[in-house]
Amino acid sequence: MIGTVVSSTKAPGYESRKILVVQPVDPKGNYIGTSFLAIDAVQAGVNDLVLTIEEGNSARQIIQDADAVTVKTVVAAIVDEIST
Amino acid sequence: MKFGKIIGRVVSTQKVESFEGLKLVLVQPLNEKLEVAGDALVAVDTLQADIGQIVYYETSKEASRIIEKEMNPCDAAVMGIVDDIQLIFRP
Repeated sequence: MIGTVVSSTKAPGYESRKILVVQPVDPKGNYIGTSFLAIDAVQAGVNDLVLTIEEGNSARQIIQDADAVTVKTVVAAIVDEIST
Repeated sequence: MKFGKIIGRVVSTQKVESFEGLKLVLVQPLNEKLEVAGDALVAVDTLQADIGQIVYYETSKEASRIIEKEMNPCDAAVMGIVDDIQLIFRP
């Protein structure tokens, strides 16, 4: 999680939801690929390692809003530790 | 969702029924530093974004649901207009 987005004009389903900038990382924490945006469901803070899901039905269950039909990408968890 | 910049309008008179009355825009995908990231695409815009504005857009089935119609063949839609981006310093 590398940042936040401020946006006042939003589509239905996105109102009053926090939008985060997420940078994919490999298991060692190195940046890979292009950043994307996700709706926050777990009060993630900047620099947190998070789990995201990019699937609409799951996203709507996580944010507990069945009417948010345009929502697809959600931050679903904050990672505390990875053991190998 | 991804960042994008509105770089043009797409005008089309012959289109499928569910697209009638909708604004189509040309969106250039960007990364968090607003650098070009990938090829431009056409998206439905219901938020009246202007050319040059930074937006975020969503793709696939969820994009088609921006319009309350069954069987809408839309695969990208503008979901919000970006006012500000706050990023951490990248080490």
